[in-house]
Amino acid sequence: MELLVVLVVVALVVLVVSAPLRSGSAFVEAQESAERADLEAARDAKYREIRELELDFRTGKLSEEDFRAQDRALRADAVELLRRLDALGESEGKPSNRR
Amino acid sequence: MLIAGRACLILALVIALYGIGASLYGASSGRREWVASGRRAVYALAGVLVLAFAILEAAFLRSDFSFTLVAGHSSTTTPTFYRATAVLSSQEGSLLLWVVLLGLWSSLLLFLTRRRAREVAPYATAVLMGFAAFFCSLLVFLESPFVLSSPAPAEGVGLNPLLRHPSMMIHPPMLYSGYTLFAVPFAFAIGALITRRLDASWIRVTRPFTLAAWGFLGIGVILGARWSYTELGWGGYWAWDPVENASLMPWLTGTAFLHSMMIQEKRGMLKTWNVSLILATGVLAILGTFLVRSGILQSIHAFGASTLGIPFLVLIVVMIAGSVGLVVSRASELRSEHRLDSLLSREAMFLLNNLVLVGMCFVIFWGTFFPLISEAITGTKASVGPPWFNRVIVPLALALVLLSGIGPAIAWRRATVANLRRNLLKPALVAVAVAAALGAFAGAAESPAALAMFALSAFVLAVVTQELWRGVRVRRTMSGEAVPRALVSLVRRNRRRYGGYLVHVGVAVLFAGVAASSAFQTARDVELQVGQSTRVGGYDVKYARATGELQPAPNGRLEKIDFGAELQISRDGSPQGTLVTKRSFFPTSDPNLGPVSRFFEGEATSEVGLQAGLRRDMWSAVSPSVADLRPQIAEGDRVFTDAAGALSPEQRDGALAQALDGLTRSYAGDPPPATFRLIASPLVSWIWVGAIVVFLGGLVAIWPAPRTAPRPAAAAYAARVARELGRA
Amino acid sequence: MDPSRKRKIRFVAASACALILAGALVYTSFSASSEARTPSQLASSATPGEVYQLTGKVQPGSISSSGTTHSFRVRDRAGNVSIPVSYTGALPDPFRDGREIIVDVRKQGSTFVGERDTLVTKCPSKFTAEQKT
Repeated sequence: MELLVVLVVVALVVLVVSAPLRSGSAFVEAQESAERADLEAARDAKYREIRELELDFRTGKLSEEDFRAQDRALRADAVELLRRLDALGESEGKPSNRR
Repeated sequence: MLIAGRACLILALVIALYGIGASLYGASSGRREWVASGRRAVYALAGVLVLAFAILEAAFLRSDFSFTLVAGHSSTTTPTFYRATAVLSSQEGSLLLWVVLLGLWSSLLLFLTRRRAREVAPYATAVLMGFAAFFCSLLVFLESPFVLSSPAPAEGVGLNPLLRHPSMMIHPPMLYSGYTLFAVPFAFAIGALITRRLDASWIRVTRPFTLAAWGFLGIGVILGARWSYTELGWGGYWAWDPVENASLMPWLTGTAFLHSMMIQEKRGMLKTWNVSLILATGVLAILGTFLVRSGILQSIHAFGASTLGIPFLVLIVVMIAGSVGLVVSRASELRSEHRLDSLLSREAMFLLNNLVLVGMCFVIFWGTFFPLISEAITGTKASVGPPWFNRVIVPLALALVLLSGIGPAIAWRRATVANLRRNLLKPALVAVAVAAALGAFAGAAESPAALAMFALSAFVLAVVTQELWRGVRVRRTMSGEAVPRALVSLVRRNRRRYGGYLVHVGVAVLFAGVAASSAFQTARDVELQVGQSTRVGGYDVKYARATGELQPAPNGRLEKIDFGAELQISRDGSPQGTLVTKRSFFPTSDPNLGPVSRFFEGEATSEVGLQAGLRRDMWSAVSPSVADLRPQIAEGDRVFTDAAGALSPEQRDGALAQALDGLTRSYAGDPPPATFRLIASPLVSWIWVGAIVVFLGGLVAIWPAPRTAPRPAAAAYAARVARELGRA
Repeated sequence: MDPSRKRKIRFVAASACALILAGALVYTSFSASSEARTPSQLASSATPGEVYQLTGKVQPGSISSSGTTHSFRVRDRAGNVSIPVSYTGALPDPFRDGREIIVDVRKQGSTFVGERDTLVTKCPSKFTAEQKT
């Protein structure tokens, strides 16, 4: 009885683990979607930075001069990220605004 | 089910080894299907290990004494809840829990990041599976939980009564979750180093796990402290014991990392520092797991020399050597993209905070390993105790709290003196005012360090309040919301920032509690007769009456005997409440002892009488004088051995219960003097409250924002403006 | 001052600070430490007034208490030499005959007086192969 349970577990494991190997040519992992996910995360982080900088300015931690300078630099970074995202060939899509 | 359990562990080891191979092969050959297979191996590993754990738990719950482990750590008189936790009190069971949690967290990580960090993830998988393979090898070859006892004993040894506390179910899983979750950023750091992808993406991907690791480990540490305070008879919450220190050290470096990783994300600086910090955290986490089991240091958790010391040492050496080698060989990719602009900047504050935290870790490391260090240098083992630790930690703690107040109020990159004055003047005034008030009216000036800590805690609270207030004002000008709504939406849109500020508040409150309860505590050890009073910290404590009680176990047998006391507290004549404290005596199964004395030669635990309050705690523990009862106990033994042959087992049990009942009644009616430990300790509750606030802050910081952007228009606008800026 | 010179100065200052602090740490730890001794070592040579960290087992049958002061004998883990110890204060929960303890003691006359709040009794072995009765 015990042995049966063990054999079933082993069989399940082998099935699950070898699935990608058995699907052979049908196995396609969009390389792009990974790079896209990474870029989107970087873009969201950049947007968060821009918003936080503004909050820092408005709560009096930054002089206007410093704020404008840093804001410009951050937005330039954001533009670069958007360009790279576009270059991946798909439409921009809504920013997910995660956290 | 022993065979099934063993088979699961062997299978787990095989899967782990396969996972390493498949991930590495897939990564180096570029064949993604092997990487995917390696990922699925992690899921399979988690599943198989959970199954093994379930088998073990089931055996404990049904008290299957054919499992040697169950017989050695549980018994039929153990309540059901503690049967379930008993598995964690064993070496084998806790190792299994460690690797189960590693499997579960690794699975979660790989599932959530299956489309991210493509190049790095396979190597991270291999590292995580490497840890899993190590622990599984230990479980398969050295310390198997599935060992047969044949013939199975009729009764188990039982769970050490000191471990019968609800925290004991939560404390190990919390600690181990912390350790295993720190393995995640560790693994990704190794992967990032190997693949030379040393930008901030490995940090971003593992961020939630780093934060969760920090949270769980922190909860584990604080639960241990609370358990010590409420369960043990000494009345303290931290003893600087090696095992306590072992869990605190990775938490300190983890906290440092949570701050310095922000600098790398924003400015591409501190790459070498970050990588080294998280690698050190991983090593410290394994070191913590090792210290508890190796017996190389004297500790109250003295789990004597076991067979596991050497394998762990080898693992630690491999981890350190590998980490150092990788960092050194990738030095050029680890160069900072920018430099520190100014010493007056948030970056500089974070850097200082890192130095303080790493300094604290180093100090604690030095003190913990001092016996070995001094032996290496002078030839004799010497050790340092709590007084030394407290003396060196206090200045660092003060610096830490100060920095945690300045950080939120200072800008990134460069802050002007004018700005600093605007942001820090009022909080500084608050701090000075608090210090003056406490010094003048509460007598706090007796301890300058405590007074300084109170002032700094007030400083932090003032800074955070000011930040929230200003942020709400900004929000209201933008959206016109009422104050409460503005506050909520402000925090929702800036969770990390305000979550972090909340954590700082919690830390400030916690340190204030520690300062007060260390510096202004009054403790007395005193012997009292019933009716006698004594004075502790301005309170009168009267030994009102003695109590004696028999406690049955679920299976009808006797679990323990409680001898205790009721204490009445009053202050200047007005009653302040009652403390009930006991000593529980658990029987040993030693057949050489008489049935009555068996109860007084086994384990005894204190049931602490605690009256907790926001301003002060009254803590009490009692040590009834068992020596004075010896004549009655001996008499009881004698009567029993004489009558042993004549009675049936049921009659014997019944008569024993009657005799013990008589004993407890006579204790309650005419008790000998008992010794008490009484402690009046201010602001202890602030420690637990502070810890809860820290936890809530962490929760706010880690909570994902709702998927649908609350102001999609603004975000799209930002994008459009960004693009237009680019075109202009 | 050009930036790289500023950075060098900062680095030197920081390192000097670190060295001084490390030196202070090492100094205080060595001066505040107490040497670990076994009962046989203390029986043969102990400087009166100096604090030692004693580790050993409680000699069965040697515990006697009067009020909050307890006297007992501590012997080597594996051996017979035992020394008398007097300790004032609450005894830890696991304290009993045969248990391994750690306590800071100071020689006074013919007994060793324990320092307050330094008595630690090791949890009965959780992680060993054999079970104790």
